Amino acid sequence: MNSEKLQVLQSKALDIRKLTVEMIGRLGVGHIGGALSIVDLLTVLYYDIANVDPKNPQNPDRDRIVLSKGHAGPALYSVLADKGYFPIEEIKTLNQPGTKLPSHCDMNKTIGIDMTAGSLGQGLSCAIGMALAAKIDKKDYKVFCIMGDGESQEGQVWEALMYAGNMGLDNLVIFIDNNGMQIDGMTKDINSIEPLDEKGNAFNLHTQRINGHDFEAIENAINTALDTKGKCSLIVMDTVKGYGVDWVASKGYGCHSMSISEEQWRNFCQKERD
Amino acid sequence: MQDTFEMREIYCQSLIEAAKTNKNIVVVEADLMNCIKTGPFKKEFPDRFFNVGIAEANMVGISAGLATCGKIPFCSSFGTFATRRCFDQVFISVAYSKQNVKIVGTDPGICAEINGGTHMPLEDMGIMRGIPQMLCVEPTDSVMLKALMPQIIDYKGATYIRLQRKKAETVYSEGEKFDLFKAKKIASGKDATIIASGIMVSKAVEAREELKNQGYDVGILNVFTWKPIDEQAIIECANESGAIVVAENHNVHNGLYSAVSEVIVANKPVPMESVAVMDEFGEVGKMPYLSKKFHLTKEDIVEKTLKAIKRK
Repeated sequence: MNSEKLQVLQSKALDIRKLTVEMIGRLGVGHIGGALSIVDLLTVLYYDIANVDPKNPQNPDRDRIVLSKGHAGPALYSVLADKGYFPIEEIKTLNQPGTKLPSHCDMNKTIGIDMTAGSLGQGLSCAIGMALAAKIDKKDYKVFCIMGDGESQEGQVWEALMYAGNMGLDNLVIFIDNNGMQIDGMTKDINSIEPLDEKGNAFNLHTQRINGHDFEAIENAINTALDTKGKCSLIVMDTVKGYGVDWVASKGYGCHSMSISEEQWRNFCQKERD
Repeated sequence: MQDTFEMREIYCQSLIEAAKTNKNIVVVEADLMNCIKTGPFKKEFPDRFFNVGIAEANMVGISAGLATCGKIPFCSSFGTFATRRCFDQVFISVAYSKQNVKIVGTDPGICAEINGGTHMPLEDMGIMRGIPQMLCVEPTDSVMLKALMPQIIDYKGATYIRLQRKKAETVYSEGEKFDLFKAKKIASGKDATIIASGIMVSKAVEAREELKNQGYDVGILNVFTWKPIDEQAIIECANESGAIVVAENHNVHNGLYSAVSEVIVANKPVPMESVAVMDEFGEVGKMPYLSKKFHLTKEDIVEKTLKAIKRK
């Protein structure tokens, strides 16, 4: 990745973080930690890789992006608003009565959302259905599914991983946002899902493990996944919950859902680019 | 009299017939292809058939994903596993997401026979009826199933089909017409109306004959679509006969008796009686034994009808 592109992506990721913090900040409380940990991935996907068009959001040939960890919705809403799927002013309506932007992603409320999520563990099965539909129709769109590490404790995730691996769905790329934390504590202390790379390989998935905040690593991993024929890809993203906002990340697992003061979000949104 | 065809034969043939012109029809199974016998569909359309193994949650989720891309997935399992095993997936990925997925639950109620209590769905329609906007239908025999399948395929929305796999008792003759959203009047009666569904319809016909011999004029309404329920037809029966008996192969709670009561209470209160499983778990046995054990016989319908008439 050349330095110019890297700078563009870094700058875009900061914009998205600011929007995310503002959106949740204006409400005063929300799932900020797990939203911030996927911002860098969303930035690479939406501004570098995925074939999506805000002017034609229902294009049947578009790439699909399923945010299975639906509570990170505000990060995705920030991207969609920034890309022009809906007016940026709408971010002020998060969770307000009658909003199009609910806590958890809803495909029937928000333009640009490909699958409803919120009850954890369900998105990957849906993403598999989308990938199978592409195979039936001989279309070459890709499906990207973003899951959480805590979410991966759900049994359905493993039903789905097994089937995706066995079917060799090379048009499906699965990400696990491995920030190591869940509501009640550290994932490793509650019910560890590691070793994720070994599990991925054992499920016959083309598995990569990367730093989920390294833009170049994310881009390379996705391109490698898309170049790998006959195998479904799993990319384990080692991330930091609350990444990019010190007063969020420093809360540890407490940042899964936390209160944010007006002073906090306004200060962060004035932050200059490094 | 038993049907000429098994319900599953008609189900699969209808899917194949429709799929010849409708390329969006797909079938998703969870290791019960050989029970519901969708093998011929797989043979005809191998690219549109998926078997996910024993993983009903995944089956339902995959079906939802296929539906987001315009496919019309039919997925099936025994009624127990097609509903309670994957309830949240049906609720969120299918219904809440407004996806056009058809879920087929087989072996309703006591039809599960020697598979026993673990496999005996006496609550499936109650579970599915509780999901907003879920269409819930229980075709009575092969003639009705054949007539309803194209309507079910054309209907855009989450659907639960409660389906006997094997031969049903024949109620209708070839050529009979059905509207998916209209209850089917079998007979009018001024003393009481038996509202029935599934295997209880043929028993209601027999019960009516016996009641006729005793001097009573009893009507029958086949409410095969439990939701959205045909309110008008039910109200007309209440007006016409002044007493209602609901006969269902289901638990008394949350089933057809509950659904009909909701209509009756709000519109035309009349005495009502229920022939249903009275809040019990299923058990192994053949149909004659189970019918007696759970009081789902013709005699039970007669007894409850006389009771309802007495309460008028």
